[in-house]
Amino acid sequence: MTPPSTAFLQVQAIEKRWSDGVVIGPITLDIARGEILALLGPSGSGKTTMLRLLAGFEGADGGRIAVADEDVTSVPPARRRFGMVFQHYALFPHLDVGDNVGFGLAGSRERGAVATKIAQALTLVDLAGFERRKVHELSGGQQQRVALARALAPEPRVLLLDEPLSNLDPALRERTRHELRAVIKRVDITTVFVTHEQEEAFDLGDRIAVLNQGRLEQAGTPDELYERPANLFVATFVGRANVFHGAAAKALGGAATRNGVVVVRPERLRFGHAGVPGIVRERRYTGAAAFFVVEGDDHERFEVLAEPDAAQVGERVYVEATRVIAW
Amino acid sequence: MRLRRVDLVAALVTLLLAWLVVYPILIVAGEASNGAAIHAFLSRPGEWAALWASVWISLVSVILAAAIGIPLAFLFEWFDFPGRKTLGALIALPVVLPPLVGVIAFLFLYGESGFIARAIQAALHLDNAPWRLQGAAAILLVHAYSMYVYFYLFMRAGLAKLDVSMLEAAQALGADRRTTLWRVIVPLLRPSLIGAAILTFMTALGSFSAPYIFGGGFRVMTTQIVATKLNGDRPLAMVETVALAVVAIAGLLILRRTEGDDILVALGKGIAPRPRPIRRTGVRWLATGAGWGLAVLLLLPHLTLILVSLVPYGAWTTEILPPVINLENYRRLFSEAERLRPMWNSFWMAGVSTLLAVALAIVGGWLVVRRRVAWRRAIEGLLALPWALPGTVFAIALATTFSVRAPLALRFVLVGTVVLLPLAYLVRALPLTGRGILASYRQLDPALEEAAASLGAGRWRTFARVTLPQLRPGLAAGASLAFVAGLGDIVASIVLYTFETRPVSIEILSSLRLDETGVAAAFGVVLMLVSAIVLSVGARR
Repeated sequence: MTPPSTAFLQVQAIEKRWSDGVVIGPITLDIARGEILALLGPSGSGKTTMLRLLAGFEGADGGRIAVADEDVTSVPPARRRFGMVFQHYALFPHLDVGDNVGFGLAGSRERGAVATKIAQALTLVDLAGFERRKVHELSGGQQQRVALARALAPEPRVLLLDEPLSNLDPALRERTRHELRAVIKRVDITTVFVTHEQEEAFDLGDRIAVLNQGRLEQAGTPDELYERPANLFVATFVGRANVFHGAAAKALGGAATRNGVVVVRPERLRFGHAGVPGIVRERRYTGAAAFFVVEGDDHERFEVLAEPDAAQVGERVYVEATRVIAW
Repeated sequence: MRLRRVDLVAALVTLLLAWLVVYPILIVAGEASNGAAIHAFLSRPGEWAALWASVWISLVSVILAAAIGIPLAFLFEWFDFPGRKTLGALIALPVVLPPLVGVIAFLFLYGESGFIARAIQAALHLDNAPWRLQGAAAILLVHAYSMYVYFYLFMRAGLAKLDVSMLEAAQALGADRRTTLWRVIVPLLRPSLIGAAILTFMTALGSFSAPYIFGGGFRVMTTQIVATKLNGDRPLAMVETVALAVVAIAGLLILRRTEGDDILVALGKGIAPRPRPIRRTGVRWLATGAGWGLAVLLLLPHLTLILVSLVPYGAWTTEILPPVINLENYRRLFSEAERLRPMWNSFWMAGVSTLLAVALAIVGGWLVVRRRVAWRRAIEGLLALPWALPGTVFAIALATTFSVRAPLALRFVLVGTVVLLPLAYLVRALPLTGRGILASYRQLDPALEEAAASLGAGRWRTFARVTLPQLRPGLAAGASLAFVAGLGDIVASIVLYTFETRPVSIEILSSLRLDETGVAAAFGVVLMLVSAIVLSVGARR
């Protein structure tokens, strides 16, 4: 007996052991109804395996997955009612857009109702009237939206997206990101998506689970991850971070740290009259501000985000921190 | 580890394939280890002559086919001239002639009583035919005609993949045309060249119709085996079969070593050079004229076959052109029971064996590509193996294995039943369907099947609605080749047929023996048309 929980999608100590010795998990995560959770991590961190465990394409070697308190751990994908948008969309090339979107609706309703459902799903992604188009005639962005419409049409309980934007060119990515979030929020569906890009995770996710080498490092809102990372990995993987050791760490006010390591975001460093001494080696102008690469006396390099005219290359400076992250 | 159901299926499929493909060969090898028969084989000069003839005929066939096919491929891929598209398609037409049909067409055309010989005899007022179409030269003529297509098609495919920027890079680095050809084009096309050479060599080595009809006293191994078997010297036939199998496998291994990796595939798809128009007017007319002349030459056997099929029995004696033309032969073909029977036999045997070969290849592809079972290499190898051995070898092997009742050794008496010949067609079809379906399976993105599953489709619906439509191109190509091969088969049929299962090819031979050339040609036309239709359906994307 598991106690009723407020979480809609529950992942309890789920585990996958590959034959080559790689182990993913055990990972425990609770996802609320209507929440968008990002699985963020470098390649090989196990985020795609996590998604495939949720979808049922991989069998778990331990642990439990439940939706609305119903155990689905051993329910095959076809009966799990989880919608999935694949990285390369996996649109059926031999079917047109309408038949792709209607694929998950077959058998459940009569034909007129199916056609209405297809039209509704396509309208949702702003592709009304595209039913008889061939898949290969569509642009990458349109294909992505068809994949989304297809996954949403059977009204799944959970939506899963595997690197949903990685196949789009950068110019299109940001706009699509906002559209995608708007559609998901309009449908109000519990969503889990995989990404290796921090910006995408921040923009699209309500909450982010950071994975590394098969382990869950931290789960939290973007603010929490950025301001209060649980450990050094999260601190350096999420956002720009300068890592200071030894004397420099001490000079920045990290004397009380356990391991003598201090992390400071570039915008939390400023040039002053005391602190860590060093020489400005590079200046990268970004418009509103500039990144200064400073080489400390211990030859460690770090970045300071400051006013464009705050320092010159070759200048000897002292750097102090306005906020440090330490454990 | 728990024994999964898929492992059980894999084991069963492997055993079934091994029983069909390897077991009969092992039985033959066992029976061939007979001291007296081996001694007889080694001491008779006729045996050595036949073995050597098989080898050199095959090698010269490769050279002739390459000499015709390669220049044609360059001409059609690189140069533009009036009628290029139409001619480019026509030039592959020898493919639609099943081996025996091609051979009889040659007989009617270039044989001593064929059109050409008659025309020359009449024109020069000779007393006898100007030549006899017989022996090695006749065999090589047929081989060159039917096998240059392999080089032509392989080379055109290779040239189409060749990236024009690589040729430009060579020129920019100061290479002249000759250097570019030998240092860039030839190495890049090597896999296509070797692939065509292997296919030609294996086809020529297994060729039966041409040596059987035109050989006369000149024997190659395939005809030698069948003759020995008809003489009832079974142990010697076993030794001969093993000798031919050894030559085939040795040839395949030697050619394979030179193959190398398909670098063009590794580099990805390039942009092929656009065909260049031939500018000099004289040269253009020459190329066009030569092209159309060639097309007529290539189509002559087809036309001859059609013409002969329209001449009723006994109506054509000494005239150059037939005096009477009607559809009498076709009427007899479709109204006389003893002629309809072989037609029906060929169709159902080719159809059933193709269906089974497709089913086995799909299960094999699923196990090898999708489930990646431990036995996958064995399954893939077994599917491909029949390709490495001439049809005669398999025919003899099946006849030997299934003429004994030993259920515990998985041997049953199938000789004389309707099962054996379709079984032989099935074995020969496996590499064709296997290759097509495995290649399609490898290109099939597993995410498509997962997408269907995540949309609620069960295993069968996923297979019918997603997997099967995606496998269709490879499946259709493989199945059409398998069906056409079975329909026109002579190699296995001549060893295994019974009165009940006699196929069209056997009926053609007996019609020829009775001088019923019109009926034989009509059968040939039917096979040719059905082959053409089936192959063009199979090649559609």
